[in-house]
Amino acid sequence: MFYGKWLVLSLMLLSFNVTSNNLETNMKLGLEYRYFPDKGKYEEQFEHHQYSTFAEAEVYWNWNNGDDLITFKPYYRYDNQDKNRSHGDIREFSYIHVDDNYEFRAGFRKEFWGVTEFQHLVDVINQTDLVEDIDGEEKLGQLMFNLSSVYKWGIVDWFLLPSFRERTFASEQGRLRAPIKVDVNNAIYQSSAKQKHLDFAVRWNHSIGNFDIGSYWFHGTNRDPVLQLSDSEINNTDGSNTQSFIPYYQQMDQFGIDLQATVDSWLWKVEGIYRHTDIDSFLAAQVGLEYTFVGALNSVIDIGFLMEYAWDARGETTNTNIGANFQNDLFIGSRLAFNDMQSSEILVGLRSDMQHNSFSLSVEGSRRMGDNYKINVDFRAFQSNEPLDAFYYLKSDNHFQVSIERFF
Amino acid sequence: MITVKQIIHSLTLVFVGLISINVQASTPEKKGLSIATEAKKQDTGWIDFTADMKMYLRNKQGQSSLCELKIKTLELENDGDKSLTLFNKPRDVKGTAFLSFSHPIDADDQWLYLPALKRVKRISSSNKSGPFMGSEFSFEDLSSFEVEKYSYKYLHDELLNNQDTFVIEQFPVDENSGYTRRVVWLDKTEYRVQKIEFYDRKDSLLKTLSYSDYKQYLNEYWRADKMVMVNHQSGKSTELEWTNYVFASGLTDSNFNKNALKRVR
Repeated sequence: MFYGKWLVLSLMLLSFNVTSNNLETNMKLGLEYRYFPDKGKYEEQFEHHQYSTFAEAEVYWNWNNGDDLITFKPYYRYDNQDKNRSHGDIREFSYIHVDDNYEFRAGFRKEFWGVTEFQHLVDVINQTDLVEDIDGEEKLGQLMFNLSSVYKWGIVDWFLLPSFRERTFASEQGRLRAPIKVDVNNAIYQSSAKQKHLDFAVRWNHSIGNFDIGSYWFHGTNRDPVLQLSDSEINNTDGSNTQSFIPYYQQMDQFGIDLQATVDSWLWKVEGIYRHTDIDSFLAAQVGLEYTFVGALNSVIDIGFLMEYAWDARGETTNTNIGANFQNDLFIGSRLAFNDMQSSEILVGLRSDMQHNSFSLSVEGSRRMGDNYKINVDFRAFQSNEPLDAFYYLKSDNHFQVSIERFF
Repeated sequence: MITVKQIIHSLTLVFVGLISINVQASTPEKKGLSIATEAKKQDTGWIDFTADMKMYLRNKQGQSSLCELKIKTLELENDGDKSLTLFNKPRDVKGTAFLSFSHPIDADDQWLYLPALKRVKRISSSNKSGPFMGSEFSFEDLSSFEVEKYSYKYLHDELLNNQDTFVIEQFPVDENSGYTRRVVWLDKTEYRVQKIEFYDRKDSLLKTLSYSDYKQYLNEYWRADKMVMVNHQSGKSTELEWTNYVFASGLTDSNFNKNALKRVR
């Protein structure tokens, strides 16, 4: 209901079609088709075809010579198979005031931290919109008050985060999910303030010569829930015995650091965190490098090679240890930029767990068509022989995805 | 009304003109350098500018596409310029922005802002020879001219489009450059670049860039409204159309940091 109202409002604003310099409206419409060659591993899941359509609008207004600005960005997706994937969100609805040496930002926003490509370990402000994409790059808008001050020695950001967003999960009918359904309506919290817990973060980042460095401390609700098995429930109508996962959101203190060195055609990257919760305290890191051959093979094509390694002190998931998905994993990848008029690109990534049999492959291609359309073709595959590995649940979910976006 | 500043400036021009006449007697290398130094000097002191750029990309078959950019540049006294580039078209990259701190000799510092992820990415600036947005302009073709980036050789005088010009060769110092040399035509009256020929790593003619429709700003600085780059090897071409030049609008360092990169429109 809430999102519906905002969507109507944004469409009304768009219909004014004002072309003033201070007001700007943009829109994106998309169609997406997914094909799963294998039937679902779990009986409730749909079989092969998934269609969805999505829309994102943006209304931008500034005054005082651009020193005060408001951005409103509603989003909605309709999915024909997965009711949880049919969802809306306010990606952004924020006010920014700009002064010479500081900015004040209030409202729903997205804030990204980090340098690596295959895992975004240090990125903690926004909740992951997991039904959008399992790569963790799609985020829900987060309500925040943020003061950003620019000093000679770097930029300091203070955040107060007054409300919490729960992670989205696929429905029982959906693909790319855990073996039993996640009961998103009954999440539990460590803090008695639940979703109203006031989270806090402070971050410093700076560029010194070839180095870009950032460091932060976060205190508040962990965006990553622990999925706890519920008590079994006997269904009154058919007598079946069902269980579900209950998301449990802990309180955490996290210290994070990210560093990139940019030397000639090399990028060297490090992300590290120390997380403390009531259950455990641990270190985790993602380190890697990227090298780009510019104009490879006497053409205008750039070929980039990426390699990253993930380590997590929580170790493997076992019957007695919750563990981590990327505890000892190697990622290799390649990025091809064709540098043509259509900005054609191909990105290939392969993950391999170094401790047990678990792989995933991702191929993403994109190309502009004409001036206002873009086509994306993706393929993902998963393999695992380890029943406790998160990718074991996705074994039957290899899929092709084609999407066409129209920009207005 | 002629201001004191204008008088001082015209005196400077006369004085500088005398110097450049004086150096004509030395070697072609020294003469080439002095012409380049003079051209840079004539285009120094504009403080900052903003401008809109349209880029028309055309291939051999005549298909074309349009790219629209907004550019802000801040002149620094003892270093290369700082610039911020915002993409408005094509629409799928709208909001993408590019921050660059150029340096005469050291590698430039460059950051790219990706609006979908809200991510600021430091990128390698060694990609000088690669095409900018699929156009016939490479990144180095669009970077600011600094005397230290080349060594020089004066070739000859030539009459180009009814203008007396100096023709000089420029040899890039940076080994990442995509060129062995550039041949540059500068008019003798204002030291404005009229034409550049680019020679690839095998020293064969790759591209020709022609400047036209020069306009003067602040009664001092010349900018070409039109720049056409023709690639002789691929048959493709790119035309740049510049509009809305505003000079000395009061930009400061605070318009050129990562926060500004994330909110630029």
